[in-house]
Amino acid sequence: MKHLLTTQGLSKDDAILLLDTSAQMAATQSRENKKLPTLRGRTVVNLFYEDSTRTRISFETAAKRLSADVINFSAKGSSVSKGESLKDTALTLHAMGADAVVVRHWASGAAHQLAHAGWLDAAVLNAGDGMHQHPTQALLDAFTIRRHLVGRVGDDGRGADASVGADLAGLRIAIVGDVLHSRVARSNVYLLHTLGAEVTLVAPPTLVPVGVETWPCRVSYHLDETLEQWQPDAVMMLRVQRERMSGGSGAFFPSPMEYSRKFGFDARRLAVLPDHAIVMHPGPMNRGLEISAAAADHPRSVIVEQVANGVAVRMAALYLLLSGDIASTNSSTSSTSTSTSSSTDERTAL
Amino acid sequence: MSTPSTTTYVLRGVRPYGTDPVDVVLADGVVAAIGAPGTVEVPEGAHEVAAQAAAQDGDSSGLVLLPGLVDLHTHLREPGREDAETVFSGTRAAAAGGFTAVHAMANTTPTQDTAGVVEQVYRLGQEAGWVDVHPVGAVTVGLDGEKLAELGAMADSAARVRVFSDDGKCVHDPVLMRRALEYVKAFDGVVAQHAQEPRLTEGAQMNEGVVSAQIGLTGWPAVAEESIIARDVLLAEHVGSRLHVCHLSTAGSVEIIRWAKGRGIDVTAEVTPHHLVLTDELARDYDPVFKVNPPLRTAADVEAVRAGLADGTIDIVATDHAPHPVEDKGCEWSSAAFGMTGLETALSVVQQTMVDTGRMTWADVARVLSQNPARIGRIDATQGRPIAVGEPANLTLVDAGATRAIDGRTQVTASDNTPFGGMELPGRVVATFLRGRATVLDGAVVDTTSSQSNSWNNAALEGAGR
Repeated sequence: MKHLLTTQGLSKDDAILLLDTSAQMAATQSRENKKLPTLRGRTVVNLFYEDSTRTRISFETAAKRLSADVINFSAKGSSVSKGESLKDTALTLHAMGADAVVVRHWASGAAHQLAHAGWLDAAVLNAGDGMHQHPTQALLDAFTIRRHLVGRVGDDGRGADASVGADLAGLRIAIVGDVLHSRVARSNVYLLHTLGAEVTLVAPPTLVPVGVETWPCRVSYHLDETLEQWQPDAVMMLRVQRERMSGGSGAFFPSPMEYSRKFGFDARRLAVLPDHAIVMHPGPMNRGLEISAAAADHPRSVIVEQVANGVAVRMAALYLLLSGDIASTNSSTSSTSTSTSSSTDERTAL
Repeated sequence: MSTPSTTTYVLRGVRPYGTDPVDVVLADGVVAAIGAPGTVEVPEGAHEVAAQAAAQDGDSSGLVLLPGLVDLHTHLREPGREDAETVFSGTRAAAAGGFTAVHAMANTTPTQDTAGVVEQVYRLGQEAGWVDVHPVGAVTVGLDGEKLAELGAMADSAARVRVFSDDGKCVHDPVLMRRALEYVKAFDGVVAQHAQEPRLTEGAQMNEGVVSAQIGLTGWPAVAEESIIARDVLLAEHVGSRLHVCHLSTAGSVEIIRWAKGRGIDVTAEVTPHHLVLTDELARDYDPVFKVNPPLRTAADVEAVRAGLADGTIDIVATDHAPHPVEDKGCEWSSAAFGMTGLETALSVVQQTMVDTGRMTWADVARVLSQNPARIGRIDATQGRPIAVGEPANLTLVDAGATRAIDGRTQVTASDNTPFGGMELPGRVVATFLRGRATVLDGAVVDTTSSQSNSWNNAALEGAGR
């Protein structure tokens, strides 16, 4: 695997290898010395065109735990900025010898362009591009779902993970909210489907994209009906951007109150779910809008754990990209099915 | 520009509209003689044309003679964006593509919304001498869609403007559109509408559908085009005016035009070469060379516009030649400029999609790329004429049997943004004649004495554009 740009087209073997490697990385994070020597001497650049302190810190932590040199490059630009800034920045990073570039960009496709335009030859890891994809978010969501709903977590929460090697077959995941503008939704739909889970998107029709019919998922306009009748194993709430509510005739729904009434997740809706079901949110949350404080802080909420798992997943992604351990590429060369057990042994010895 | 050629040309074994071979003599700016091969009297010293061209392929059977092509929709960018194109470089590219006349769109800086600016562009075209340049006048001041520009002054100017368009922007206010349609009747003008409902396309980046949903780019829905076309044909009917619809791109738009024509509404429609062949699937790699407005649509839309062109619902093919410098395309998709070049590939794309597929004859090609656009632009006294003795020698000779690889960097236009780069297209323009003077000969543009004063300038610009 040269780049990680999208979950669409990611093979099931590669997805499971990423999750299994994440499990190993997570296990190392319970040690007193959390640092692995794996990427010593390698340079990882965090190239952020959009403010996202939490995602940047997560990637920075991941790279540092792997002993890589980390350079944070904030190139925040407005949506009207133009010219060759992306290209010039890429050429600069190339000249400085970056081994991997973690890129967050407001423009859909920016990571793809960095990887394929011939401007640099570093591994490109998409940390969110416009409304398109955010693959490590989907991976950390899948990892969290697998830990809770497939395997059993060890006593200390970081020990042996019985879910290693497993997919998410048969699990039902509801993704609720602003699907139209969400790279988290797009990433999760494809990854969760690849891993065998069933996905239902729940949103008002205004926040479902035209063309959704080709996505490997179902669509519902009714949260209560989905929760009661479909009984999802996990409910993933999406952040609603403030600007979607305003704009007069351009607003996507009549009012925050109506949205909250029909699509907000609260303790009442939580009570409808099966006992094992978990509540997720990629953050940052609008408490009181798409999720109530009672639901967000409930014992079945795994929102804080998602953040912790993000570091492990990003360590795994960086490790696999820079060590070239995945045979297939993200541009859909077929995977030689790596023997999970043997590669597990190798990495456990790290 | 208007000086007729003093060279006499004889075109040997060429096929007017793809029919049986003839010899054609061009002298004193007109078609002097047409006859069976070897039967026409050839003046002493006449320049033989087809011989050299045929020699390259060893076969003259594909030498099709067409009336000089007329583009109703060209962006020459001057004044204002001479880094992308100039009247000189753009019309030189037009000649290379087989054109003898172009309509220069109004979205220059300053806007072509006064008699002064349209006369400037008209004069630059005359000085360049590659093709006849007919400036399009803006409908509204500054293309702002708020106040009618002085349409009458532009019509009465030396440029004799007959086509008015805010192209790039839609005349979306229905009252303003009604007034414009009515007002231009006084001088037999036409409003050429860029049909794009602005509120439905805020921030739009590509066709709204399956691909946009997956790759996360804001959609440009077909209904934003179709709703404006539907409104405009009804307005044109109501006030009894002539309407031209620019670059329609959807199956629904074809249906609306078909309905309107069936109802007797005086509407004409155009399609671009790129909408005849390219689809929104090309956006998947986020290469902004495929970003254009209206956007590339689906395969079903491509089929619908081909069918509409073949059955006459769509009257013309127009290039929407939209040159942009590298820095406006070598960036994020969302930041990139809309538009693609087309003057040098239009005829090849029409041949590939319509002639080589058996859907149209070469006579049909002459109709949609020369006669109809000349008639709509009201320049049909001199352009889009039949190939007949005594007619102005505005002609294009194409080797339909040739194929060529497209490379933006080697095109004549000053900009590289062709969407056909790396593709092989059929057909090669062998010669273009503007009133009997060869602007293209043996497949290469002919830099004449009168244009040489400008050629250093063009070369410098081309160098700077790289």
